Amino acid sequence: MSDMETLENSLMAEIASAADEQAIEAVRVSALGKKGSVSEMLKTLGSMSAEERQVKGPAINGLKNRVTEALSARRAELKDVAITARLAAEKVDVSLPVRQSPAERGRIHPISQVIDEIAAIFGDLGFAIAEGPDIETDYYNFTSLNFPEGHPAREMHDTFFFQPDAQGERKLLRTHTSPVQIRTMEMQKPPIRIVIPGKTYRQDSDATHSPMFHQVEGLVIDKSANVANMKWVLEEFCKAFFEVPSVKMRFRPSFFPFTEPSLEVDIQCDRSRPGEVRFGEGSDWMEILGCGMVHPNVLRYGGLDPDEYQGFAWGMGIDRIAMLKYGMPDLRTFFDADVRWLSHYGFRPLDMPTLFGGLSA
Amino acid sequence: MKLTLSWLKDHLETDASLAEIVERLTSIGLEVEHVDDRASLAPFVIAKVLTAVQHPDADRLRVLTVDTGDGKPPVQVVCGAPNARAGLIGAFAAPGTYIPGIDVTLTVGKIRGVESHGMMCSERELELSEEHDGIIDLPADAPVGTSFAAYAHLDDPLIEINLTPNRPDATSVHGIARDLAASGLGTLKSAPIEPIPGKGETPVKVTIEAPELCPGFALRLVRGVKNGPSPKWLQQRLLAIGLRPISALVDITNYVTFDRGRPLHVFDAAKVTGNLAVRRARDGEKVLSLDGREYTLTPEMCVIADQDGIESIAGIMGGEHSGCDENTTDVLIESALWDPITTARTGRTLGIITDARYRFERGVDPEMMVPGLELATKLVLDFCGGTPAQTEVVGYAGHQPKIVSFPLSEVKRLTGIEVPRATSLDILARLGFKPEGTGDVVNVAVPSWRPDVDGKADLVEEVMRIHGVDNIAPQPLGSHDAVNARILTVLQIRTRAAKRALAVRGMMEAVTWSFVPAKHAELFGGGQQALKLANPIAADMSDMRPSLLPGLIAAAQRNADRGIGDVALFEVSGTYEGDGADQQRRVAAGVRRGTARLEGSGRHWAGNAGAVGVFDAKADAIAALEACGAPVERLQIEAGGPAWYHPGRSGTIKLGPKVILGTFGEFHPKTLEGLDVSGPLCGFEVFIDTVPEPKAKPTRTKPRLDLSAFQAVKRDFAFVVDKAVEAGTLVRAALAADRKLISGVSVFDVFEGAALGAAKKSIAIEVSIQPVEKTLTDDDFEALAKRIVENVGKQTGGVLRT
Repeated sequence: MSDMETLENSLMAEIASAADEQAIEAVRVSALGKKGSVSEMLKTLGSMSAEERQVKGPAINGLKNRVTEALSARRAELKDVAITARLAAEKVDVSLPVRQSPAERGRIHPISQVIDEIAAIFGDLGFAIAEGPDIETDYYNFTSLNFPEGHPAREMHDTFFFQPDAQGERKLLRTHTSPVQIRTMEMQKPPIRIVIPGKTYRQDSDATHSPMFHQVEGLVIDKSANVANMKWVLEEFCKAFFEVPSVKMRFRPSFFPFTEPSLEVDIQCDRSRPGEVRFGEGSDWMEILGCGMVHPNVLRYGGLDPDEYQGFAWGMGIDRIAMLKYGMPDLRTFFDADVRWLSHYGFRPLDMPTLFGGLSA
Repeated sequence: MKLTLSWLKDHLETDASLAEIVERLTSIGLEVEHVDDRASLAPFVIAKVLTAVQHPDADRLRVLTVDTGDGKPPVQVVCGAPNARAGLIGAFAAPGTYIPGIDVTLTVGKIRGVESHGMMCSERELELSEEHDGIIDLPADAPVGTSFAAYAHLDDPLIEINLTPNRPDATSVHGIARDLAASGLGTLKSAPIEPIPGKGETPVKVTIEAPELCPGFALRLVRGVKNGPSPKWLQQRLLAIGLRPISALVDITNYVTFDRGRPLHVFDAAKVTGNLAVRRARDGEKVLSLDGREYTLTPEMCVIADQDGIESIAGIMGGEHSGCDENTTDVLIESALWDPITTARTGRTLGIITDARYRFERGVDPEMMVPGLELATKLVLDFCGGTPAQTEVVGYAGHQPKIVSFPLSEVKRLTGIEVPRATSLDILARLGFKPEGTGDVVNVAVPSWRPDVDGKADLVEEVMRIHGVDNIAPQPLGSHDAVNARILTVLQIRTRAAKRALAVRGMMEAVTWSFVPAKHAELFGGGQQALKLANPIAADMSDMRPSLLPGLIAAAQRNADRGIGDVALFEVSGTYEGDGADQQRRVAAGVRRGTARLEGSGRHWAGNAGAVGVFDAKADAIAALEACGAPVERLQIEAGGPAWYHPGRSGTIKLGPKVILGTFGEFHPKTLEGLDVSGPLCGFEVFIDTVPEPKAKPTRTKPRLDLSAFQAVKRDFAFVVDKAVEAGTLVRAALAADRKLISGVSVFDVFEGAALGAAKKSIAIEVSIQPVEKTLTDDDFEALAKRIVENVGKQTGGVLRT
């Protein structure tokens, strides 16, 4: 074996056994450094004869190249080992729980959600949303809605009153959203198409009655709106709101001071499953809303001629239709702010009811 | 309004089934609330007790053998009734029968060791009355083995109508029959009530001193009556509709009240002194009423009085003093008309609900005043004998029918359905209206029993309900023929946006009461007289809320009391500054309790959430304002807020010197004490109706965006300032040093320490610099830094920390 072969074997063995960057560098210096074994060998080329150089030159250079390659290959190998070791050391337990996104935690109250659902449906039918104050005058809540003074219908409203003021006028908490009908007529000429969601108040409290509750009122006034149109609007609404392909509704003649003729509306449903109501099937009737043609006196109070203008109005409980659709058993829990209830019955903040995406998920 | 099927058939000739009648009633506007077909009484049979011997092991029990009439051997029954005896005929329930009065289904059982194969029932067990002293004891001729319900006429179905307040005519069985007949479900039996001639004048005279409260009064004396129990059939009808039979005279008044909607009153003539006067009560005048209670009256109320005082509260309830009893021999029967509003108000004030008031406040048929008295006289003569005097009628001017001008086209105009002229007129005639005329517009005389009808829309309703609402086919409402424009107002959009923005921050939307306890209102700047309810439903729901915070804080505490202390709640709703329509504000408010911070609450392996504080509330407030479109970059934050906040840990959000957009902070310890709540709590309120509306722009195009080509750089500065200096001032001073180059300033450290000196603190800021025209040189940076230090020094007195 020549010296060169011996050297090569020995260098290759050193490279292979180098365990880290430092060891590699030591081998490189010992071989390829200024005074390294291979460098020293290269220096000998200068003193050789041309013939000898022709043979040795390539041999020594070949050795240098092979050593260089081996060094870099070993370096890469060691780097991979180091990375593997680092990665192993950096391993974490990915099953550890992360914090929930605030958007997943937050909730929209069912009343707000249902108001948005109502707005989506009636918006599509060309209705605007109107609002009015909770504290009302006797005029807007009763007189202008054709409740005669002393009429038993006033008593049926279980009104909350304030103390009379210096002029003897007694304000009250509106018992229905209907005052906004008059307020709208005073501000806007027909055609009128509005829905009026809002808080209403009556002195009543049990599982289905609460001293504060929410109603939505609808009002259409033009020169032709009639009972047949009203039936259509209400059936379309119920289908869209309850998200069923068909509903069967029963319109019963009834009485409200502010409409004539007046009707109450029942919706056919199946209540055979506990805690669940299904619409569009079954054999039960459930009262869902009251409606009628706007009373001529109400139109007059609103500054409109009942022989020129006509229209219809309806009202229903937002809380009630929310309970029917989403199955809350007790109205009082709506106002308790129990976070367990809100978390269960509430809606996620980004679940926005639209007609193009469906009202509810 | 309650009636039985057999009673209805007194007035209506019909073959219709109960189900058909019920459905028709509802469809013509007389909503049937409840039908009791009495099927629950079907299993009970008449049975005879053959033997009754003492129970071997129980003093109070007897062992009976009972013949149930089914041809089988007698059955053994153990019975505890004191009147159980051999020979008694009563109502028997076999095993398997459901006993409604005790809510039990019978089984064969052993009672103290003796087998019992059924039960002899009391009236209470059958829910016929409250009688439970003994078992039902029937006359000897009661047919053993037949249905007890049929024998006792208890198989008469009961119909309960939820009557609307506009239909006084339907407070009578006769009126209901008329409506059904008009709808084609039979024929009304309308034989007139025959007058009963009287002998001699009624000696008691009547003076109407308050004619405005009493448009008519009829009175008649019947002498020599015997006031025993009324006939069984009458008692059963009254019992069926929930009235207690009392005596023939009293039962007759109740019967006519329901049969004809004509309330009556009977006085024991022997107890009436002198003549009668109809007058207003004197202030403070007292009367002992038939319900055994004493009422104090006012001049707003109408009474019937004799020489000695009040004998009756007009239209509502008679007086105890002159009431009829078994000793009554001469009876005065009264049939009068009372002002509906006065009757309603008096009844409401006194808290008396009676069948008479129910009818008078709706309006009793004036033309029934005298016939009603005649009918009552006939029944008195039939049941009690006696001799009637002549009827005395005072103050009644007769009835002038209302005439409504009715264009027949109104039916189509308002309902959309074409009803033939003849059909419309026929419906009206069958209901008792009298249409006259041959043209397009007819004059319709309204019957005396329909005070609710006074316009053409009312007549449309009559035609519509009898013709059938179901016949009206739905017609689409002429829809818009273009894409809808925006339908929500700015405030409605803000309300929605604020809700969604706060919910996205992990808060839950609460809906709390608009009324709060007076103490809570006062703690938050409210409590004024104009916002106090005169009749709150509960003492702690008395004042309209001046702020959403007390309700939310109380709600957070309720959750904490249930064991959930980390809660974040918000509400977007109304608060009340006064009782005017423009004094209701739209506010978004929220509270956080415990550790319910934006990133999450409670302990976590990656780091526990700290207690909530003023900065959580500030972030929520700004987020809500941002969602409402407030110009966030122009908001000013002032230290301190209203009195309910912690003065050193609260702030006020302003836009310019005057406009307050909101407040936020931790709460004053006294506020928490006053609300009786505890725990780390913070909250905010923003007035979303105060945020200025952005100017309408002609285009939706966004402003041009110029992106700099040069690298942005950051430089840090730390200043030592007086403790009182606000970071906000320092940040503004740094920003103002070069509005063109400085794109942002953030505070990354604040600390106080002895090394800085007392009353000093250090504020460290990071200044973002965005070169726009060229890359900045070291000299440029030096110059900029100098301007920053100088401006901060000028505005805050701060010096660069070295």
